[in-house]
Amino acid sequence: MTTTLKAVDAVLVGFGWTGAIMGQQLCDAGLEVVALERGPWRDTSTDFATGFAQDELRYMWRHHLFQNVSYDTLTVRNNTAQNALPIRRLGAFLLGTGVGSGGVHWNGQIWRFLPSDFQAKSHNQQRYGKKAVTDYDLSIQDWGVTYEELEPHYDQFDQLCGTSGKAGNLNGAIQPGGNPFEGPRSREYPTPPMIQTYAPTLFGQAAASLGRHPFPHPTGNLSESYVNPLGAQLGACTYCGFCEKFGCGNYSKASPQTTVLPYLMRKPNFSLRTECEVLRVELTADRKRATGVTYVNSAGEEFFQPAELVILSAYVLQNVRLMLLSGIGRPYDPVSGEGVVGRNYAYQTMSSVNVFFDDKILNPFIGAGALATVIDDFNGDNFDHSGLGFIGGAYVAGMVTGGRPIEMIYTPEGTPAWGLDWKHAAAKNYLKSFSISVHGSCMSHRGNYLDLDPTYRDVYGRPMLRMTFDFTGNEHRMSDYVTDRAAEVARAMNPREIKLNRRVGSFSVVPYQTTHNTGGAIMGENPRDSVVNKFLQCWDVPNVFSLGSGAFPQNAGYNPTGTVAALTYHAAREITTRYLRAPGPLVQT
Amino acid sequence: MSEQNELNVGRRLFLIGGTLAGIGGTAAAVLHDGELGGPPQTFKDAVPWAEGTADSPPGASGTGYVFFSAAEAAFIEAAVGRLIPSDPVGPGAVEAGVPFFLDRQLAGLFGRGDHFYLVGPWAAGTPEQGYQGRFTPAQLYRAAIAAIDAHAADGASGKSFSQLDAAAQDTMLKALEKGAVALAGGVDGKTFFAMLLQNTREGYFGDPIYGGNRNMAAWKMIGFPGAHYNYRSWVSRHGERVTLEPVGLKGRPAWTATEP
Repeated sequence: MTTTLKAVDAVLVGFGWTGAIMGQQLCDAGLEVVALERGPWRDTSTDFATGFAQDELRYMWRHHLFQNVSYDTLTVRNNTAQNALPIRRLGAFLLGTGVGSGGVHWNGQIWRFLPSDFQAKSHNQQRYGKKAVTDYDLSIQDWGVTYEELEPHYDQFDQLCGTSGKAGNLNGAIQPGGNPFEGPRSREYPTPPMIQTYAPTLFGQAAASLGRHPFPHPTGNLSESYVNPLGAQLGACTYCGFCEKFGCGNYSKASPQTTVLPYLMRKPNFSLRTECEVLRVELTADRKRATGVTYVNSAGEEFFQPAELVILSAYVLQNVRLMLLSGIGRPYDPVSGEGVVGRNYAYQTMSSVNVFFDDKILNPFIGAGALATVIDDFNGDNFDHSGLGFIGGAYVAGMVTGGRPIEMIYTPEGTPAWGLDWKHAAAKNYLKSFSISVHGSCMSHRGNYLDLDPTYRDVYGRPMLRMTFDFTGNEHRMSDYVTDRAAEVARAMNPREIKLNRRVGSFSVVPYQTTHNTGGAIMGENPRDSVVNKFLQCWDVPNVFSLGSGAFPQNAGYNPTGTVAALTYHAAREITTRYLRAPGPLVQT
Repeated sequence: MSEQNELNVGRRLFLIGGTLAGIGGTAAAVLHDGELGGPPQTFKDAVPWAEGTADSPPGASGTGYVFFSAAEAAFIEAAVGRLIPSDPVGPGAVEAGVPFFLDRQLAGLFGRGDHFYLVGPWAAGTPEQGYQGRFTPAQLYRAAIAAIDAHAADGASGKSFSQLDAAAQDTMLKALEKGAVALAGGVDGKTFFAMLLQNTREGYFGDPIYGGNRNMAAWKMIGFPGAHYNYRSWVSRHGERVTLEPVGLKGRPAWTATEP
């Protein structure tokens, strides 16, 4: 039996970064808001206190904060000729769950995409010709929103987090010490950059000697204490080296817990229900309006929560799945190329270069999630791609997120994985090696998409999501090219030796790469080739908004959270200023 | 705050949950399990927080094996002793307590596959599709150890793996690593080897509360100072060897030693 609850103005499906930001914005506009989160409540002092936060086994390898795939997973295959099989153990990406979700166990790497990233198709076509944007069955397109439109909202997120960094472009004026390639910022970062440890410092010196433009990575691990506009206070990072895959016990990493919840949870027009999984969005018979959501709680009770606005603020994979399960929008068909929901799934193309010294003690355990010196010379369209045979790029970062020894012992080329030789290599190199990260874009392709699995079902009998994905020639060429550029910097550091870890072969679910899944509910200029408009509003069901990286038509060479947050603020402004006055489509077709 | 005081804060917080016992120890009430969650709850007008409640780590306790049989223990001690042998450079996996760590892990939630999706239908996947077995880790260890011992006995006049000499053990492990050994009982040797090696490293380098990394000797060998809360005073000291003593979640022996 389903119990119908009292109607609310807005229901949030999922309560991580996007749910927290949107909830705060809607509550401030006076709406009655309910958030539904399928995982548990989590707070710093109880769930990842300083006394036990630095536990590599429990958090990284036993997945204590991650989505438990034993009762909900997804299926994966590299192409449509294969049989998709469930991810039976998380590996490549580490999905979040619970209040704060991935915002609890992210690294705090806060980036803005390049102005040209938002015009990936028209920009590249204009500069390199039509073939450049259609090779390899690319299906890239423009976002329908510009960097200029998002800048105030990128800034809002920086102010919320207290982002530590150095501006490279202030209102068009290039600033020494920052990223000269970035889009114009309206003001400097709220807090100064973190202090670089030895390895990132050496990386920066080597990069500069080659004529590159090194700068400190913008970070949500704060260089100094900070009070944000909501009154939440963050403390200075202690460089303990446990960010990524861990919760911060020190209130030093920007997360929903440290930046939004102290404010939002006390709002009288906000409530949060945990352990509540939304099964589907309910639509009117003509499928043009959502009436609310049906959810089931951990006691097995089923409810219908009526709402004027339905905000999909779960992770990209759940948002897309809920749309497909609810009949919102037309599912994508990779054969005909028609339909939009699930289209243009993309990821991130990662590679690295390990650097080994004989004479330099680097102390890799002194780290933080975004502690790095970076060069952006080979990202996006910051360099001439003529004759290279690919579009897109990567940032190259001399990064030390920590020295957690189960995961992060680097051994030279040819070292066996076990035995005395391995042990000796570990003992010899641990303090004197580090990894340069090559964080690459991933263009969208006609054959990469999300749909519902025909075989596997979850505990509620609903089809699981099916991911069909592989890296194609564009990504391999891009990654090899920028990995070679990273190797040049590595050699300029005069190490004993280096080791290249190229992006080879098909996408595998086994080794950890990054939790930057994108697309499937993409934004765009018209309903023929996108699911949501520039305000993340569903073209087909205008009182449903889909937040998050699902809106990316393809993925740029940066970590997605900054852009995810900026798009959320951009949508929230439009909802609170225009939509509430006259509910309906915010972009006419 | 001085560094020593900062460390003591961490220790004090740990002691809040320090009475919790893991597998094989005396049962104690678990105050809070952040993963299991609980009943559905509605939060309104407050940031919920309960004093004295913490999602403490589930450490290992007791002595001896509760999961491995004698024959299985012989295999494990021999195998992990070859994966990480002992020598003057640093501890081997056996002296680091890896067999005990594995025993407690396999007897507990990990052994039951608490974070594995183990529902059918099953099919042999591509290597890129990852683990597709039906076995929980505990079942896989049991089946694989029996199958490897049987395989060893077939090839070496009735000797089990642990009775082979070190060179023969290494040869067998290398063959397993490559997937070059056909094992009975539906066991995929390559999958098992990868899990054993990963779990061995976990026990070797994990926090000592889980029963491995005895005396933090593996951390000392590489120079990792452990679960330190604050390195701020070391950030700009480029190239210097950090002199901090290793510390685990439960502190270090010097903190609890009685005064002479």
